[in-house]
Formats: sequence, C-alpha cells, structure tokens
Amino acid sequence: MGITAILFWFLSALAIVGALMVVVSKNPVYSILYLIITFFAISGHYVLLNAQFLAIVNIIVYAGAIMVLFLFVVMLMNLNAETEPPQKKRYLFFAGVIAGCSLMLVLVAALKSSAAGNQLVQMKDGDVGLISNLGRVLFTQYVFPFEISSVLFLSAMIGAVIISKKEHVHPE
Amino acid sequence: MPINYYIFLSLALFCIGIIGVLTRRNAIIIFMCVELMLNAANLLLVAFSKMHHLALGVNFPTLASEAQVFVFFIMVVAAAEVSVGLAIIVMLYRNTHSVDVNFLNRLKN
Repeated sequence: MGITAILFWFLSALAIVGALMVVVSKNPVYSILYLIITFFAISGHYVLLNAQFLAIVNIIVYAGAIMVLFLFVVMLMNLNAETEPPQKKRYLFFAGVIAGCSLMLVLVAALKSSAAGNQLVQMKDGDVGLISNLGRVLFTQYVFPFEISSVLFLSAMIGAVIISKKEHVHPE
Repeated sequence: MPINYYIFLSLALFCIGIIGVLTRRNAIIIFMCVELMLNAANLLLVAFSKMHHLALGVNFPTLASEAQVFVFFIMVVAAAEVSVGLAIIVMLYRNTHSVDVNFLNRLKN
C-alpha cells in the first residue's frame, strides 16, 4: 500500500467521521467545527487528485468564508445545546435514519457492478487541475458564464441586505 | 484508485447529509447538511474528471479542465446561496426567536 492509498483512506475516514459528527452533535458550534474538518479532508482529496486550484478555492471559499459566516450567525443567535429544538416525535427520527440508509443501500447496490467501476482515477499527476490550464479554459470558453456569475453575486448581495433589513414599522 | 472508491465515498457523504436534513430540526444544521451534499457532488465531479482525463485526455485535452471549471461554478453558486439562506434564517430567528424549522409550518395556512 503506497503513500497515496494510505492518504486516501485516512482522508476518507476523516471526511466520513466529520460528516457523522456534524449530524450527531447537539451543539451547533461543534457541528460547524466538524464540518470544517470535513471540508479540509475534501480539500485533501482534491490535492491528492492534483486539482490544486479547487483545493485552494475549497479552503478559501468554504472553510474560510462560508463557515465563518455560519459561525458568525450561530454566535449572533447565541445557540448552544440547550436552545436546540428537540425532536418531539421519535419515529420521525428513526424514519429519517432508515430512509437515508435505504437510499445509500439502493445506490451502492446499483453502482456496485457498474461497467466503469474499475476504471482508474489519475491520482497525483496530470496537469488539468493547475491554475494555468483552468484559467485558460475559464477566460476563453467560459468567460460569459464567469461574468454572469458576478451579476449573480451582486443580486445575492442585494437580496441578503434586503431580506435581513429590519422591517419598517408602519405608524398607523 | 478505482473510481468505485470515490463513488462510494461521495455516496456516504451524500447520504449522511440526507440523514441530517431528515432528522435534525435546527435550520442552520439542515443548511450545513445541504452544503455537505454539495461538496460530495463536487468531489465526485473532480474524481470523474480525472478518470476521463486518464482515459480520453490524449484526444480531448480540455475535457477535464472543463469539468473542474464546472465545479468552480458550483462553488460560486453555493457561496451566493449561503449568503441569502443565512439572511433568511436570521429573519426567521428574529420573527420567532427560534431556529426550529417546524415553525415554518404556519406558512401553509
């Protein structure tokens, strides 16, 4: 077993344990911290696949920006294990777990013997994921969607400001 | 690494996300589980891009780069979605003083 395989199994275990702890933890702050661990593990997978640009973007955007936003909102609301809304109906909890596990079972059974299943993934070489190649594709072929995404960000920003603005109290 | 391992890893992460959405009642945790599902899909897309690069990269050199640009756009949309979604959750909290999604039942009537 080479170093690549060891890293693959380690990062996979880290990602799955982190994801499980996100769902299991009672305290939302712990959930967020475990989700950050999961995102770092997924970034490690990107590095292992030599998708360096996506690894860095994943860390900056997800672990850096999005999770800080989550943490900020959770701390703003002062949420902890006591304020956690209780699941009153136990059967709903079991129904959710059973439904998720059944979905996984069905998909694993369906994909287990697929024809392409043993095709190899190029692990640590191949230069498609480097910034120069991605940048060339992004700024030649996909330059229009790239510019459109800036409009999307602008509208998201305006929408967030308008939604979270305090409602005006109308004087009767 | 065969592609099967990546498929099953992404499947596990995706199903954990689904279980979280179905069982938890805290709106923020449900939102985080949606992010987890998005990331599982991203991981699988990158793995498939590297698989096809190994198989077809000689004939189609930009094939895998296009797939990774697609993942990049998914991240862009996720970032926009998070900002709006958290604003909605903050508004929900301000109106009900709770992050319980069951409070949204009243939208039915």
